[in-house]
Amino acid sequence: MTSDKPGSRVTGLVLNPWNLLLLLPFIVLFTPLFNRDEPAFVGLPFFYWFQFVLILVGVLSTMTVYRMTRTARTVPPPDEGPDVDELDEGSVR
Amino acid sequence: MQWVELIVFSLLFLLVTVMGFVASRWRAAATLDHLDEWGLGGRKFGSWITWFLIGGDLYTAYTFVAVPALLFGAGAMGFFAMPYTIIAYPLVFLPVLRMWSVSRARGYVTPADFVRGRYGSSLLALLVAVTGIVATMPYIALQLVGLEAVLRSMGFNGSGFLGHLPLLIAFVILALYTYQSGLRAPALIAFVKDILIYVVILVAVIYLPIKLGGWESIFDAANEKFAETPSPADGTLLGPTNQLQYATLALGSALALFLYPHSVTGVLASRGRDVLKRNMSALPAYSFLLGLLALLGFAAIAAGTTPIVNNATGRPDSNTIIPELFNTQFPSWFAGIAFAAIGIGALVPAAIMSIAAANLWTRNVYKEYVHRDATPAQEAKQAKLASLVVKFGAVAFIVFIDPQYAIDLQLIGGVIILQTLPAVAIALYTRWLHRWALIAGWSVGLAWGMILLYNIPNPASGRAHFGGSALALDKLNLFGWQPFAGSQVTIYVGFVALVANLLVAVVVTLVIRRTKVSNGVDSTVDADYHVDEHDKELRPIGS
Repeated sequence: MTSDKPGSRVTGLVLNPWNLLLLLPFIVLFTPLFNRDEPAFVGLPFFYWFQFVLILVGVLSTMTVYRMTRTARTVPPPDEGPDVDELDEGSVR
Repeated sequence: MQWVELIVFSLLFLLVTVMGFVASRWRAAATLDHLDEWGLGGRKFGSWITWFLIGGDLYTAYTFVAVPALLFGAGAMGFFAMPYTIIAYPLVFLPVLRMWSVSRARGYVTPADFVRGRYGSSLLALLVAVTGIVATMPYIALQLVGLEAVLRSMGFNGSGFLGHLPLLIAFVILALYTYQSGLRAPALIAFVKDILIYVVILVAVIYLPIKLGGWESIFDAANEKFAETPSPADGTLLGPTNQLQYATLALGSALALFLYPHSVTGVLASRGRDVLKRNMSALPAYSFLLGLLALLGFAAIAAGTTPIVNNATGRPDSNTIIPELFNTQFPSWFAGIAFAAIGIGALVPAAIMSIAAANLWTRNVYKEYVHRDATPAQEAKQAKLASLVVKFGAVAFIVFIDPQYAIDLQLIGGVIILQTLPAVAIALYTRWLHRWALIAGWSVGLAWGMILLYNIPNPASGRAHFGGSALALDKLNLFGWQPFAGSQVTIYVGFVALVANLLVAVVVTLVIRRTKVSNGVDSTVDADYHVDEHDKELRPIGS
């Protein structure tokens, strides 16, 4: 979210509304919402499978924030051959 | 003695030992005699390595045996590890980036280094460093508890010194290759550990429910067991009194997670901000695994698993539940793989934790108070030696003192590491809190947290003190004023202590700002918190 914009170094706090998405997974702290047996899923009470679903909510929220707050890089990566690790993760741009 | 399991375990252990020693040459820099190299692996780990490293670091062997054991014993409450790891990553997503940037810009190796730079206070940095070391030591000892649970299931259940010999051998080997290779050793071994863990757990959660008649009958068996116990707090759902405890324990643990020095070490070893951002979305894969594994605690109830009696203490060791489940439900060769996964799973975090503690000692005690002019090579030497001391301290803990103390201390460790939150995490955003106020808040939070923990009894085990982290609101007493008298609802002690810490820090800041007391010199600048790999004029690594 805070890569440099062309010509200006980012300073101070950078507030981006997309970051608010990071609050979404915190519904897992409101236990009365899901502290019950029904509806069960493949024999798992709601309490358990609902929290598994919330892992996915957490992943989606961090992933969305990452994608939506990415800005263009001002300094191009040094022109060196990609190493194994970079090839692995497909981070070569 | 379980020979097949032992052979499989030993072969895999041998494999990681070789990897541990070879790691010193893996993507090596010109020299390992610098903390950037020995202590942080060269600050250049990419997304995959970071994922394995931090995953291997946070989801420890102890987690893998203790969480299912909690569900086995207490039911739904033990599942708190789930909300804990769900909120941890969204919670730290932004602060961790600032921590990485400022540390990269200024060459910080530990969280206490940052506090030193931010407030110009070596006292505050020392408090943060000591808190980190004290919280980490029992954590390392707990990894040994996990490793011993596995060894015990394979038949090494002696009493006295001989009973601890296999553990000692394993740790001497670990200590040697950590000494030689630094953070590169656990980074490389983590690949083996995590692949084994993933295979084992995925097979177990598919195979066991089929064998035991499906999740429905597994939960029926668990409900039956909990209905027979007199305690109202256990069961496959949360009861009326422990929901607040569930939520505050999850929140408190999530807040504490990245304050632990070993988590910071894993973060600072990564190459750049993008690597960390990707990992915040990728690390929950381990949470999924942990959740599945936790449910095996109920499977163990349905399978009629009983914990092994520890011959050294004469008490049943509930941490042997998962090893025993594998022992009784799977063929020996597969149980051997599972044991190796847990055993190696103990080595990775133990190595990272000892490196983190050694970094703290070297940077914030040795260099600050003992040898101010230490060269980078002398720092690296000191850290290597400190990592040996830390590991053998942990072994001595398990061998000479009851492991129960390690568990108690770990409980305390979680509460006290949380007290560094204002000085480390809040300071990433603002210097509004005064440095003396931070010290006051830390002292109050620490002292009150300890007193509260000391006074919690555990009726189940008959202990009068340190019986757990659940505080009945009824017991909350502010100089004689009991705001929630009569309430049996429980709350996490660490959370209460943190609130007190923050209140004191704010009030003292407001008071002290009216005086002329200096708030120290900030040697960081705003731009430091946003630097990234590839930036021009970035401080060279290892300088």
